[in-house]
Amino acid sequence: MKKNFQKWSPPILMVVMAAWFFGNLQTPKDKDFAFSEFARLPLTANGRIVPMDSLARNSLLELREKQTLNTEPWKEWNEKPKIIPATEWLANVMMNPVVADDWPVFRVDNPDVISQLKLPDKGAANRTDGKHYSWNQLLPLMDKLDGENVRIQTNTVAQNRTAYENAVIKLHQRIFVYAQLKNAVLPAEAQDWPEELAAYEKLIPAGVAAAEAQQAGKTFDQPTFSQFAGFIQAFQFMSNLEPPLILPPDGTTQWRRMGDALLDAPRPKGVPIDNAVRDYAKMAGALAAHQPDAFNAALKDYQSTLVPAQSKAMTHARAEIFFNQMEPFYSAMVIYVLAGLIAIFSWFNLSETLRRCAVWLIGLSFAIHTTGLIYRMVLEGRPPVTNLYSSAIFIGWGACLLGIILEKFYKNGIGAVVSAGIGFITLIIAHHLALEGDTMEMMRAVLDTNFWLATHVVAVTTGYASTFVAGFLALIYIVRGVFTKTLDEATGKALARMIYGIVCFATLFSFVGTVLGGIWADQSWGRFWGWDPKENGALIIVLWNALILHLRWGGIIRERGLVNCAIFGNIVTSWSWFGVNMLGIGLHSYGFTDAAFKWLMLFVVSQLGFIALGLLPPRTWRSFWAPRV
Amino acid sequence: MLIKKIVGFFKSLKLTVTLLAFAIVLVFVGTIAQADEGLYIAQSHYFRQWVVIGANFFGHHIPLILPGGYLIGTLLLVNLVVAHIYRFQLSTKKIGIMLAHSGVILLLVGQLATDMLARELQMNFTEGETRNYSDSTSEYEVIFVNASEVTAIPAKLLQAGDKLKIDSLPFAVRLKSFFKNSDLNFRAPMMQNAPPAVNNGVARNFDFTPAPEVKTTDQKNIPTAIIELSGPVGSSGDWVVSDWMNDAKGVEFIQNNYTKLLGAGMAQKIAAQLAVPQTIEMDGKKFTFSLRPTRIYQPYSLTLLKATHTIYAGTDIPKDFRSRVRIDNPQTGEKREVEISMNHPLRYGGYTYYQYQMGAGESAQMAGVTPFSVLQVVRNPSWLTPYIGCAMVGLGLVIQFMYHLVGFVSKRKKK
Repeated sequence: MKKNFQKWSPPILMVVMAAWFFGNLQTPKDKDFAFSEFARLPLTANGRIVPMDSLARNSLLELREKQTLNTEPWKEWNEKPKIIPATEWLANVMMNPVVADDWPVFRVDNPDVISQLKLPDKGAANRTDGKHYSWNQLLPLMDKLDGENVRIQTNTVAQNRTAYENAVIKLHQRIFVYAQLKNAVLPAEAQDWPEELAAYEKLIPAGVAAAEAQQAGKTFDQPTFSQFAGFIQAFQFMSNLEPPLILPPDGTTQWRRMGDALLDAPRPKGVPIDNAVRDYAKMAGALAAHQPDAFNAALKDYQSTLVPAQSKAMTHARAEIFFNQMEPFYSAMVIYVLAGLIAIFSWFNLSETLRRCAVWLIGLSFAIHTTGLIYRMVLEGRPPVTNLYSSAIFIGWGACLLGIILEKFYKNGIGAVVSAGIGFITLIIAHHLALEGDTMEMMRAVLDTNFWLATHVVAVTTGYASTFVAGFLALIYIVRGVFTKTLDEATGKALARMIYGIVCFATLFSFVGTVLGGIWADQSWGRFWGWDPKENGALIIVLWNALILHLRWGGIIRERGLVNCAIFGNIVTSWSWFGVNMLGIGLHSYGFTDAAFKWLMLFVVSQLGFIALGLLPPRTWRSFWAPRV
Repeated sequence: MLIKKIVGFFKSLKLTVTLLAFAIVLVFVGTIAQADEGLYIAQSHYFRQWVVIGANFFGHHIPLILPGGYLIGTLLLVNLVVAHIYRFQLSTKKIGIMLAHSGVILLLVGQLATDMLARELQMNFTEGETRNYSDSTSEYEVIFVNASEVTAIPAKLLQAGDKLKIDSLPFAVRLKSFFKNSDLNFRAPMMQNAPPAVNNGVARNFDFTPAPEVKTTDQKNIPTAIIELSGPVGSSGDWVVSDWMNDAKGVEFIQNNYTKLLGAGMAQKIAAQLAVPQTIEMDGKKFTFSLRPTRIYQPYSLTLLKATHTIYAGTDIPKDFRSRVRIDNPQTGEKREVEISMNHPLRYGGYTYYQYQMGAGESAQMAGVTPFSVLQVVRNPSWLTPYIGCAMVGLGLVIQFMYHLVGFVSKRKKK
């Protein structure tokens, strides 16, 4: 009985977690409006074709740092506030602003901004939780906000801004994003858009004639002219905001903005208003009038016009939606936590069953992590690392793989904790980086080369991953040695050998990656080495790893010195990964985040703290075996 | 005895370790300093330097003395070479390490050679134009043109402050001052102006004042020189020559600055004065003179046929920069067309041509500018060393670590 339990509990636990993961894949059912179908419509945003679903999720992330909308945030969780999916929110913003503009979607958490704008306090009567506000609440304050924004943009430089100033700019940017969405499908001011569109279409011949007559200085019909000019002005406003391009190509045109299409219709060689424009108007009308059947019918009509010309875009959009719903990195993160806790526990009671449970779970989350990584690569048609976000995903993946290999050799639960620990931390970092917006943005011309992305970038990030693995192993050594009695001589020696091997591996990859970066630079602008901050950061990692190896070979450091040096490697790597981007100079500074600086400093201080612990005399360590110095 | 000591010092692992540690500190300090000093100044302050004295750290000046990049690089090179000579032994156990270190030596030597021999130039042309020369990005020359005869004097030669007499010119040239970077201002007639810097030519209408050197790679210094020309009968006064007067940059700058204030027509009129060539007559010959980037001529020419700049739909993210260029080489009779784009340079005649900047596509069309392209032109005889060095180190480390790994795995298997 006991034997069976020991044998079967790890796979059973894995199957349970796998079932949880697959359960999340199910698409929620639509009640009345077919929003899940609407989510699949393709459009062009950020220079690439995305489904409505991605636009909705990315926009919500940008506005309120979540992928869903809580429409009643003033209620506690046990009062069951109404939470709606991203697409339902987006459909209403784009086509039914009367409702959407009342939803508290703008996250404002800087107290100075709240008091400067005199935003209302938390309360059901104020319809806010003191953190999230609606378009209608912010609209009267727009002049004040605009003024502050202009003042800050003209009088300060990006690097020296205070938290308040950054918060003002961020809120202003969020409002702009929202305004773009409001004007993507119809003029935000429209009262009854299907009606108005029909009126505009009918007016075009007369309106053009009136405008031409007015230009030529002849007599013209004043009411027709004014009405026509009113339309043009509204459409011009839509176009100027440069919202996403929602109208698909129809053979002669590329992807177009709704505003541009409406402006183009009256032009001599313009494309007349087509069914796509009308179908969107029908959807808008039905949504505003709360007629689900009419909405679903118009949606179906529009979808049928997309076949076969846009089949490819639709397939791509469906694939991306599946990826969005799968949320592989979130699921992997949850399972990593569970596995890591189980593995740490196994150190204390030395239970082989627990260790095996952890390993099985890590196998599952690594499989999910890998699936997500490959799915992203296929969606983008790119190597794994294209920006800061994907570098976090990849570093976690690489570190996890190394941990699994270590676990396979040593079977002592240490590799498992490394896998789970770094996997979890990097995915958390990735989650926060995703708040910046679309994580699959297009590559600038100079970066647009899969060859170098696949070689230089992958090699350098593998170097980062392995340096972190060495550092993490060193942390385990210190923590177990100083605070517990579990670090016996064999474990200590095994850890030191792992660290040494991983440092060798890290030296190889960071060196090759760094030099390949130089060669890429030589290919791009004829300069092998330019002392750019990111290049220097990578160089420091190479030098540091080389230094550790030479210190070890020369016998200048031994086991504990190696451990402390490896922890310092964490600082060096995090500096290269994030720190240099915060200097705000150089060709590589693409990923600056404000809060990141605080976290980086915290991380550096914590690592220095561990090194200090590592320097404590061996007799103060709790492990009975005093490590050799 | 002494020699043994010296050799012992240079081959020691302690020296390697010390140099690596200093290198880390130097690279870190030199990176942080870029926020204050800018990339170029930081490069010459920390990396292309023997000894670093004083450093900038987030706006604070820190008094310290560090070995500079040259010193560390050279010592590391000596250390590696000496250690190699004294510890050399041919065995499978060491072959990976030997290969890796040889690769590092090659990289260091290659970078030293690049630093001394590499030359960076630019070629700037609009569609349809042909160029058989490239412009230096850092050096300038004063030129005197009489009919078709051009005399070019490198500004470097003039910087001593001495008078320079050249046979083809009937007058001597003397450099009075040289601003590595300068600002340009219109001397509005009604404004309270200081007296002009010199009383001839363009300086009567415009002020050229020294400016701090640029800090980032996107900006460029615009130098200005004040020269004195003196013939047999005495001085013909001081003149200002400036890079502001080349291309259209000064004209554009003045137009942009004064259109709002004075209206487009007036601004254009003022700006046009900047483009009026400055001349001097002596011995019955008329000379037009100016300051321009030093030109390096090649025995072949490039013609820009088409400049294309595409962006991703609905964004301003650049997708592709591309120049279609025709090579004309009368020496070899070669006449062919090539495409130069980001990450796809043209290597020809010992030079490499990289796509650098571009004014083309929709935005240029709207501004009414003829599409133009700027190519970065680099001559670097040692460009191959990093490729070989990288391969050597990579291979060396792989061999070494595989050797260890195989040993480790088989040992564990036996257990």
